Amino acid sequence: MTDHNGQTAGTGRAPSPPNRLRALVGVFFTIVLTFVGLTAVTFVISRVMPVDPVLAIVGDRASQEVYDQVYLRLGLDQPIWVQYLRYINSLLHGDLGTSIMTGQTVMSDIARFFPATLELATVATLLGVFVGIPMGVVAAVNQGRWPDHVVRVVGLIGYSVPVFWLGLVALLVFYAKLGWTGGPGRVEVYFDGIVEPYTGVLLLDAALAGEWEVFRNAVSHLILPATLLGTFSLAYVARMTRSFMLDQLGQEYILTARVKGVSEFRVIWGHAFRNVLVQLITIIGLTYASLLEGSVLTETVFAWPGIGSYITRGLFNNDMNAVLGGTIVVGACFVGINMLSDVLYRLVDPRAR
Amino acid sequence: MPATESQGLRAWLMSDAPASAWQARAQRIYLSWRVFARNPIAMTGLFIVGGLIVMAILAPWITHSSGLDPVLDERLQPWSAQHWLGTDELGRDIYDRIVWGSRITLYIVALVGIIVVPLGLLIGTLAGYMGGVVDNVLMRITDIFLAFPRLILALAFVATLGRGLENAILAIALTTWSPYARIARAEALTIRNSEFILAARVAGASTLGILLRHVVPLCASSVIVRLTLDMAGIILTAAGLGFLGLGAQPPTPEWGAMISSGRQFLLDQWWVPTVPGIAIFIVSLGFNLLGDGLRDVLDPKREGG
Repeated sequence: MTDHNGQTAGTGRAPSPPNRLRALVGVFFTIVLTFVGLTAVTFVISRVMPVDPVLAIVGDRASQEVYDQVYLRLGLDQPIWVQYLRYINSLLHGDLGTSIMTGQTVMSDIARFFPATLELATVATLLGVFVGIPMGVVAAVNQGRWPDHVVRVVGLIGYSVPVFWLGLVALLVFYAKLGWTGGPGRVEVYFDGIVEPYTGVLLLDAALAGEWEVFRNAVSHLILPATLLGTFSLAYVARMTRSFMLDQLGQEYILTARVKGVSEFRVIWGHAFRNVLVQLITIIGLTYASLLEGSVLTETVFAWPGIGSYITRGLFNNDMNAVLGGTIVVGACFVGINMLSDVLYRLVDPRAR
Repeated sequence: MPATESQGLRAWLMSDAPASAWQARAQRIYLSWRVFARNPIAMTGLFIVGGLIVMAILAPWITHSSGLDPVLDERLQPWSAQHWLGTDELGRDIYDRIVWGSRITLYIVALVGIIVVPLGLLIGTLAGYMGGVVDNVLMRITDIFLAFPRLILALAFVATLGRGLENAILAIALTTWSPYARIARAEALTIRNSEFILAARVAGASTLGILLRHVVPLCASSVIVRLTLDMAGIILTAAGLGFLGLGAQPPTPEWGAMISSGRQFLLDQWWVPTVPGIAIFIVSLGFNLLGDGLRDVLDPKREGG
């Protein structure tokens, strides 16, 4: 962002020193408000659904008496705001209802599926950050020369390619034709269930149990989807790093450092990059959050048993509890991570202090 | 383009002293175009998007079939002179389906744009111009939508509205409008204190009149640049919903749905799912290039951001 184009009004309030506490309170207030909004949307969705929630529970052969009983138990005779409060109440108690697909509570389903998504998104983000940031810095330092163009082209491709299609092509080439990587799923079927799921994150579990065979197999399965997702965060991280670096490199303190004879390496990494790092916190939080939700399509292509495929399967089975429960959990993570990076940014950035 | 123009028109467009508002406007467009035309990236984008539009218009004349009717004895054929891009699992010509599919792609982006731009402009300019409580309430709502995971929310909306192309479009629009309100508000904030707004108010113009006649047109350019940049994302989301089976339903030749139905033939007839993917990629790339170029032309301040 340039400093004088009237954009500040929309993008963020830089609090003056005594206002730091107030800013944090403001962030907290925003979090609460956003959660209220999120639950309101899912609540509205659950109410206007064409699926009758009572019929979904009792089945269409139940007597009118049973139907009425369930109708009352679900509180559907209450005014809408009472229903909403009851809904919030059950959410706060971790009650997301029962899934029709699995017959288990949505909460336990999510506990089972979420670690797989977390594993995928985390590895992908790490890839994106550790490759994307150096790429962005190199592009900024070589502005207008070929490394810059390479980064721009990679970014444009990352923004333009349909991830599910790239996933299919990658499976075709690297799994089916070349045999370099594992196929769909988290591990081969014959490795399934060997490792006790302590954390649910298969890589960790396998390493903890010392099952290196399983670990290697899991890595070979993870590498394709993670690289794929990672490419998308890489494109974004590199682009933002580049623009932040360009901002810093154009400032006077950089000129001062150069005039004083500081080596170019130190100017770039010691001075400019250190200031960029703070801004990158928000960007990394943003990509991580968006990968958590963006994994829906990747999970479908790679038959990855995560929360994304859980939600899509719920959609096809008219299992609204599963869909809305998944939406709430992913939404909460998304909001939570974004807010956390915002708070972190305020704490770390000396100007916001 | 300037070379083919007559000298008189060129002089009229380059004149230092425009004689009318209309001439001044034409000059501004012409000058922007000259900047735009010098940008190879932007021109590539324009070429691709233009090609897509031409393809969609000419579809009945450049295809042999409607791409909908099965021809079962020509299933899964590779490329040939008769079927340029091969045939799919029901013997339908993939080239024909891609061409007809371009209409669906344009339909999606146009409809999303038609919903999102006015909605974002209205909410954003109203908030920015009115300020105070209105601003606070509208912006909190915008923030809430901004903070949502878009794809997941679109999935949930489709679940409510039912599967289908129109519902997918509506779901995408419902999750896309918030950044537009943000941009429009930021612009409206800078405009609302300008003298000409004051003049209009003194002259007795109504709030709605000022908004529609003075504020909205000035905010429109940023919003449209943003829309062009978002087009690729919209196309990809729509294709993703189609791929998941939640968007356009078969036998509609929507490109994402084509990938989904061709998926099982990936190993032996790889072109069936691959070709629609390439089409999506080229079109998204075109919109991204065009958006990048437009941003450079209309808004040089934000270059590279």
